[in-house]
Amino acid sequence: MHNVASIIQSTLKNLFGSSPSLDLLYACLGYLVPCLAVVTVISMIGGILTLMERKVAGAIQNRLGPNRVGPSGSLQWIADAIKLHLKEDIIPALADKNLFRLAPYIVFVGTVLTGMVIPFGGSFIVVDLNVGLIFIIVAVSLIVIGLLMSGWASNNKWALLGGIRSAAQIVSYEIPSALALLTVILITGSFSMQTIVAEQGLFPWQWFIFYNPFTFIAFFIFSIASLAELNRVPFDFPEAESELVSGYNVEYSGMRFGFFFAAEFGNIFVTASIATAVFLGGGNIGLDPYDSGIGYQLLMVLVFFAKVIPLCFVSLWVRWTLPRLRIDQMMSMCWKYLIPISFVCLISTALWMLVFNGNGIFWRMSGS
Amino acid sequence: MAELVSQEMFLNMGPHHPSTHGVLRLIVQTDGEIMRRAIPDIGYLHRGIEKIAERVPYQGFMPYTDRIDYVSAFSGNLGYALTVERLAGIEVPEKAEYLRVIAAELARLGSHFIGVGAVLLDLGAVTPFVHALRERETYNDLMEMLCGARLTHNYARIGGVSHDVPEGFKEKTLRFIDHLEHEFIDEFNNLISFNSILVKRFANVGVVSAEMAIEYTLVGPNLRGSGVPFDLRRDDPYSIYDRFDFEIPVGKGKFGTVGDCYDRYWVRIQEIRESCRIIRQALQQMPEKGAIRTKIPKVFKPPKGEMYVRTECPRGEMGFYLISDGGKNPYRLKIRTGSFSAMSILEELSQGVMVADLVAIIGSFDIVAPEIDR
Repeated sequence: MHNVASIIQSTLKNLFGSSPSLDLLYACLGYLVPCLAVVTVISMIGGILTLMERKVAGAIQNRLGPNRVGPSGSLQWIADAIKLHLKEDIIPALADKNLFRLAPYIVFVGTVLTGMVIPFGGSFIVVDLNVGLIFIIVAVSLIVIGLLMSGWASNNKWALLGGIRSAAQIVSYEIPSALALLTVILITGSFSMQTIVAEQGLFPWQWFIFYNPFTFIAFFIFSIASLAELNRVPFDFPEAESELVSGYNVEYSGMRFGFFFAAEFGNIFVTASIATAVFLGGGNIGLDPYDSGIGYQLLMVLVFFAKVIPLCFVSLWVRWTLPRLRIDQMMSMCWKYLIPISFVCLISTALWMLVFNGNGIFWRMSGS
Repeated sequence: MAELVSQEMFLNMGPHHPSTHGVLRLIVQTDGEIMRRAIPDIGYLHRGIEKIAERVPYQGFMPYTDRIDYVSAFSGNLGYALTVERLAGIEVPEKAEYLRVIAAELARLGSHFIGVGAVLLDLGAVTPFVHALRERETYNDLMEMLCGARLTHNYARIGGVSHDVPEGFKEKTLRFIDHLEHEFIDEFNNLISFNSILVKRFANVGVVSAEMAIEYTLVGPNLRGSGVPFDLRRDDPYSIYDRFDFEIPVGKGKFGTVGDCYDRYWVRIQEIRESCRIIRQALQQMPEKGAIRTKIPKVFKPPKGEMYVRTECPRGEMGFYLISDGGKNPYRLKIRTGSFSAMSILEELSQGVMVADLVAIIGSFDIVAPEIDR
């Protein structure tokens, strides 16, 4: 019993009995239900983050932000989604129509796939893959294909520039972000997200961010690199609205455009979740996530979200404070600073494990 | 394997583009991100203002001068009024002179808020723009108190100004200036001006040397940004500018080379402070009572002759060249504006920079498209 899917399967088995054909049905249901749940949750959170972004932007800029739909604008994101659904879907006459249609879904799928291995706290994880973290890194790189595709298929020079920029940027910044995550893998020895969370604890000194000075640096490298992977200011080159008009999504309208945005905001949540799970202890409150009562499990989810939301907020805060870098400055920052530093972190952590026999600054690894 | 052919790309930046500050078209030849050249194509906002001047009476042309540069509408008013007055030899009452200076410096403030805000918006920083717009809102309120209009003021008249100071204007202006000098500018600088990303984007980008600036007849803050201390308010005083004490900020290469984008930006920030000083002095010196307008005949016919008057507008020198044939309409009116000369240097500056730099360069010249075309 390592995930929701197996819990659903065993519950169904107990309720309706077991046979080979039924088992197959249970297995399908067991994975389908949590998958749909995660898709819904991520799109909903993406929607809520758009509202949060506008509210945060309003607060930073001495404005109110949206305040018309629902109590103090709280239903604005639903109205936006409905509006996007009702809008005319325009495909440019000279666009590559198939690629043009496909691109937003690939971007969205990249985001949602990542959600499959995010431990939301307790047993709430769709599937606890033993290569979980690698899976995340792979799934996130799927997004760049979608962006490049949309840039090419739009048959628009601005969109093409945006697509090329996104390819250059995301591919470059994947390296420091993956290396920063690997720093933690050296400590846990496992890629499984649940194991990574379980190795940490409730208190800050039990989190991997404070394990040694290098994981501390790795956390910030991951944060910066993930900002770049998210195409957020100060790294929003693919859509730099004052340079490339709107970049790769300039020709998109209606819900296709909506998918790009759901993916972008879903990605803010996903990266914040990864940072939380890997560096900030996830939903760990010092109890076994599988053998606790449902009340404790929900508490773990609460703890998880209590860590994720401030991280999302930081991403929004940065967006509304900083100007944009130039593309060559952004690339040199990645290749000249972030990648060497993250290599140093990785190697130093490896040496640390060797020298201190796996002990962190504040705490002793369980079982060592 | 077939040989790969690489080709330079022509991009149409504008006429509808978020960072061309109005309707301006740039034909950009790029090699990927690097730009070979950008050719400005102007004329999309040509409204024939100079031709209109030949068709309306002298007084009737005043509202059109608002539209030359609508970001600082009063500056156009003032230049035109001064030209006609000098041609016809009309004396302006002292109080009107003070009101004109106050309005002109308020217009400079309002324009520089947009100028520094918009260039930051072009660099992707949205919040400073909104903060600057908040201050411009107070400027709009003040102008509304003064003349009833918020954007196109039409405040100057030939021989004076249209309205006297309303009650509470003086106090509100002083409060506004105090707020700017002691709170806003420092807050703004802390928020963005010294931000290292901004410095990276601005320093050593779009460098215009002093010789180059003079060759291309750059004017106003763009010229001073290159280190040339030339300001018509001091060097060729018009109205009553010789009565005030103020500094002329020039570019000194604060974070890079003299004459880069940062210097032009920084000159504008400092000019906000200097304008505040002028407004404070003008408010203190202004007589409480007095006429605000010299009467001119209803059918106003200045004598035959010609006159060129230049004034220091927020976007630099704005010159009015007026020829009168003794009739009730001007015979010919030529307007010389600052944005136009800033456009001419763009092609040379844009060679070999990146697309993102072009946006920064256009922004740092504080171009207002209708002023280019008139």
